Amino acid sequence: MSRQVNRTIILSVATVAGGLGLSALAHSPDIAGQAGSGFWLGTLLLWLAATLAARDLAGLAAQQRKPSGLLALAVPLLVGFLLVVLWELITVGAGVPAVLMPPPSMVAARFGGALPVLAADFVQTFVKSALPGYAIGCAAGFGTAVLADRVPFLRRGLLPVANFASALPIIGIAPIMVMWFGFDWPSKAAVVAVMTFFPMLVQTGAGLAATGRIERDLMRTYAAGYLTTLVCLRLPQALPFIFTALKINATLALIGAIVAEFFGTPIVGMGFRISIEAARLSLDMVWAEIALAALAGSAFYGAIALAERAATGWHPSMRAAR
Amino acid sequence: MPRASAAALRTVPPTDADATEDRAPEPARAVVSVSDLSLTYETADGPVYALSGVDLAIAAGEFVSFIGPSGCGKTTLLRCVADLEQPTGGELWVNGVSAEAARLRRDYGFVFQAPALYPWRTIERNVALPLEIFGVPKAERRERVRRYLDLVHLGGFAKKFPWQLSGGMQSRASIARALCFDPQLLLMDEPFGALDEIVRDHLNEQLLSLWRETGKTVLFVTHSIPEAVYLSSRVVVMSPRPGRIIDVVDCSRLGRQRPLEIRESPEFLAIAHRVREGLRAGHAYDE
Ligand SMILES: Nc1ncnc2c1ncn2[C@@H]1O[C@H](COP(=O)(O)OP(=O)(O)O)[C@@H](O)[C@H]1O
Ligand SMILES: [Mg+2]
Repeated sequence: MSRQVNRTIILSVATVAGGLGLSALAHSPDIAGQAGSGFWLGTLLLWLAATLAARDLAGLAAQQRKPSGLLALAVPLLVGFLLVVLWELITVGAGVPAVLMPPPSMVAARFGGALPVLAADFVQTFVKSALPGYAIGCAAGFGTAVLADRVPFLRRGLLPVANFASALPIIGIAPIMVMWFGFDWPSKAAVVAVMTFFPMLVQTGAGLAATGRIERDLMRTYAAGYLTTLVCLRLPQALPFIFTALKINATLALIGAIVAEFFGTPIVGMGFRISIEAARLSLDMVWAEIALAALAGSAFYGAIALAERAATGWHPSMRAAR
Repeated sequence: MPRASAAALRTVPPTDADATEDRAPEPARAVVSVSDLSLTYETADGPVYALSGVDLAIAAGEFVSFIGPSGCGKTTLLRCVADLEQPTGGELWVNGVSAEAARLRRDYGFVFQAPALYPWRTIERNVALPLEIFGVPKAERRERVRRYLDLVHLGGFAKKFPWQLSGGMQSRASIARALCFDPQLLLMDEPFGALDEIVRDHLNEQLLSLWRETGKTVLFVTHSIPEAVYLSSRVVVMSPRPGRIIDVVDCSRLGRQRPLEIRESPEFLAIAHRVREGLRAGHAYDE
């Protein structure tokens, strides 16, 4: 037991130290762009050590009766570290041109150097376009679903149309929204609203239909009206479905806001920056924006997943977490 | 507009109450009065005669058990009384008004065959659900929930979620939920079906003393002959295809005080025998 722990610690430390050491070594003038077989052998050994460490860590995490956050996090952290290091070693060691694939160190340097630009882009794209569009789209989808559930002719008439409309490609609607709402963020928010509307409509509709007969009958025996039944039974039952839509939409919102900026925008925004920096061949800035988008998207998704766990801890899919 | 027929009132002596159009025109002492009731489900494979020609009157304070093979319409009959199912023929009065009016007045508590607890509510909040809907003040709500959870021996599980409890505990919680708003009429569909023998005996005693003390009217569906005879003032024996009543056995001679040992007494066994004979006769019909 403790032997296994010792081995895991040694392997993990070796991976981290070796990764950092090799990365530093790769940048020395003798090796950068002309690395010999010794360097690649070192890279291979690093890979091996990381694989063994990850396997041991996963084994330890599985042995724990109550999974602690730290150990469960260690494996993905280690794998992520390995991928970044390999990326660095290969691009620097083999001298891959920066226009094709800049090494992570270069992207990080660019990220650090361009913080004000990145912050402005983030505000424009995430705070002004994605978030309001997301809120509007989700709220409208939810409201429409509740309405369609209440009014039978809407259910029969609207849902097929909604399904059809959800197949509209975003590429098609983005230019239209620019015509309607102008170049600035309102048109991007509109694209996001349209994209997030349908998943929420469909999921909420499915959730409202998910109540069982006995559960509804129980409400009937209490002579509960429409609103009481909605609040006490059908919405709680629909909550896991609604959270599914919220999570799908968190991803869609950021994609929508970025892609919509490819179709005309003021000179700020993540999508705008990606398209012009790619045209200028400064791929390091493109990657810095991609890293920013990944960070923002993960944080957004994570926040919703946390809220979901708090709100629907009763649901079978969440019980393990309790 | 329905009018009650004489057949419906067999066991309740008629008074000279006048028959108005929308009220049961009879001695209002019948809590449930059913005459020539039928219900046919139209299914893809043709009609299913779930109930046919059912006549029954149940007076206030009676404990009536329904027993019969699966599919003989016990659940359907209880659901009709609860206005969860619409009869296709005959008449049905609950507390002197239509089943719908009785439901809207919240005249009864229903215990379903499955516990039907809401998984997002703790046990105590599940039991409090009807009280919340009826607008009972919070302090009283808390007091009642505690009292009825203690009654079904779930006092220590108030903060648990339904899925953290065994099936038997869940059905006890659903019974507490039906009792907590103190309805005068209880409709119970195989409430103890999922429980083991010992717990079942215990809850039988508990239910019997509750019934004795409160004078509630109980309609109780079961598969167990001893349980039916032990609890009831009358046992209604039913048979399937079409669902109908084939015998009504009076158990009131066992008295109201019934220790569990009464189940070994000769009177008890004689009544149980008659119920069994009735069930057998109903079965012979199909084989
Ligand atoms: N909703 C329904 N649709 C069609 N047939 C039904 C429905 N509910 C019950 N039945 C049929 O009616 C008959 C009586 O059912 P039920 O009242 O549940 O019997 P029991 O409770 O005595 O087992 C059965 O044959 C059953 O299949
Ligand atoms: Mg049944």
